[in-house]
Amino acid sequence: MRYSFLNLAVQALAGHKRWPEQWRSPEPKKEYDTVIVGAGGHGLATAYYMAKEHGMRNIAVLEKGWLGGGNTGRNTTIIRSNYLWEPSEGIYGLAHRLWESLSQELNYNVMFSPRGVMLIAHSHHDEQVFKRHIHANRLAGIPNEWLTPEKAKQICPLLNTDRSIRYPIVGAAYQRRGGTARHDAVAWGYARGASDRGVDIIENCEVKSISRDASGTVAGVETTRGAIATKKIGVVAAGHTSVIMAMAGVRMPLESFPLQALVSEPLKPFMPCVVMSNTIHAYMSQSDKGELVIGAGMDAYTSYSQMGGLHIATQTLEAICEMFPIVSRIRMMRNWGGIVDTTPDRSPIISKTPVPGLFVNCGWGTGGFKATPGSGFVFAHQVATGEPHAINAPFSLERFRSGRLVNEAAAAAVAH
Amino acid sequence: MLLIHCPYCEMDRPEIEFRYAGEAHLVRPPADKASDEDWSEFLYFRANPKGLHAERWRHASGCGRYFNCLRDTVTDKIAATYKAGEKRPDAAAT
Repeated sequence: MRYSFLNLAVQALAGHKRWPEQWRSPEPKKEYDTVIVGAGGHGLATAYYMAKEHGMRNIAVLEKGWLGGGNTGRNTTIIRSNYLWEPSEGIYGLAHRLWESLSQELNYNVMFSPRGVMLIAHSHHDEQVFKRHIHANRLAGIPNEWLTPEKAKQICPLLNTDRSIRYPIVGAAYQRRGGTARHDAVAWGYARGASDRGVDIIENCEVKSISRDASGTVAGVETTRGAIATKKIGVVAAGHTSVIMAMAGVRMPLESFPLQALVSEPLKPFMPCVVMSNTIHAYMSQSDKGELVIGAGMDAYTSYSQMGGLHIATQTLEAICEMFPIVSRIRMMRNWGGIVDTTPDRSPIISKTPVPGLFVNCGWGTGGFKATPGSGFVFAHQVATGEPHAINAPFSLERFRSGRLVNEAAAAAVAH
Repeated sequence: MLLIHCPYCEMDRPEIEFRYAGEAHLVRPPADKASDEDWSEFLYFRANPKGLHAERWRHASGCGRYFNCLRDTVTDKIAATYKAGEKRPDAAAT
């Protein structure tokens, strides 16, 4: 059903009891042309664009838990495209442009809110690095600007610009087009769009092994809901990518770490934009429900536990209280962790693999949400045609042999 | 926060005294014979297991020495810590 004012009126007259399910929940078929492993934002977007842009219909998206229940539902929903290198500007720039019309594209309100993203500089070094980013972005046609502490405080009056604090604010890089979106709605919108085009989304279906034929080509997957034959597999499993790829005998340049976030009790709107600080490991925005959404740095050691150490969250809250003294007595409501798959150069891998028919989209580390539409768009091209889209060609698995890394280690939202 | 037993100090100390130093038992390939694949494997590719993981830690705020640790990455429970240069203990025995 297309969502419109007319349909809203009709459903209202029926007491809102006749809204159809947003996507189907079919039994898995015996065979699909393509199997996508992982029904998070990136996996669902991949299936959506494979159906829409490449005319494929016989696709399954397998999810071991529930749709959007991994990092899609755990991230802090920040969208920006102020990365340093040209390949990154390509992929994050594409994603940012797609975000701007995504609600219309999906006929689903993803609540994209370009309220501005401010990266705080605390030292001369920060200032030099940020200005380098600003110049690089503007050369690539991506707007980004430098703010003095006074300008930053005009935009975000909560900021403590006192020069006497431990890490004083010396300025900020500001991307006005950046902002947030509703993470669950992104997964739901892509799921609905994909399902309408014939894609089967199968939840509670964990992949246990990958089978290959005599030539080594992918032949299918064994799942907790039976065997499924397929000639193409796209792995979009975030923190569990190493585990899934090991089923096909492929080692990955990945390490999985817990990354924590917190939300406060809901409050009236008082935080006008997103504020992030690399140097002191803290960032904060206010959701449309009124909760302050706070992100911490990564934990020190690899883990699949979806929990982090309390001392990491404590450090972040100390930093938040110094930057925003007004929030110091607000109570935190929930604290959780997600497992992020990090690469050595802190750029993603969107690539074919040494196994014919096996493709992988991973390594988004601490900042994959912002890339969701662009990632799905180019990975759909990669899986459907077998060859990379021009935008994802630099993000091959091969780069870890050739040495052509896309080093964004200093550019990501939180210091690594 | 983990409580980690330093095999040199022979004490259980809180995680904040230590620095994590990645996968253990990686062997640097011989410079004169190593191929691109050998370097790639040594520098970038990691086991990243869901389960027992052999890893290096450094007792930065204590003795300052590197040692190895066997930890379950699902429960974060430490099975054993052992000195650098010692063999990885048998998981079943710990």
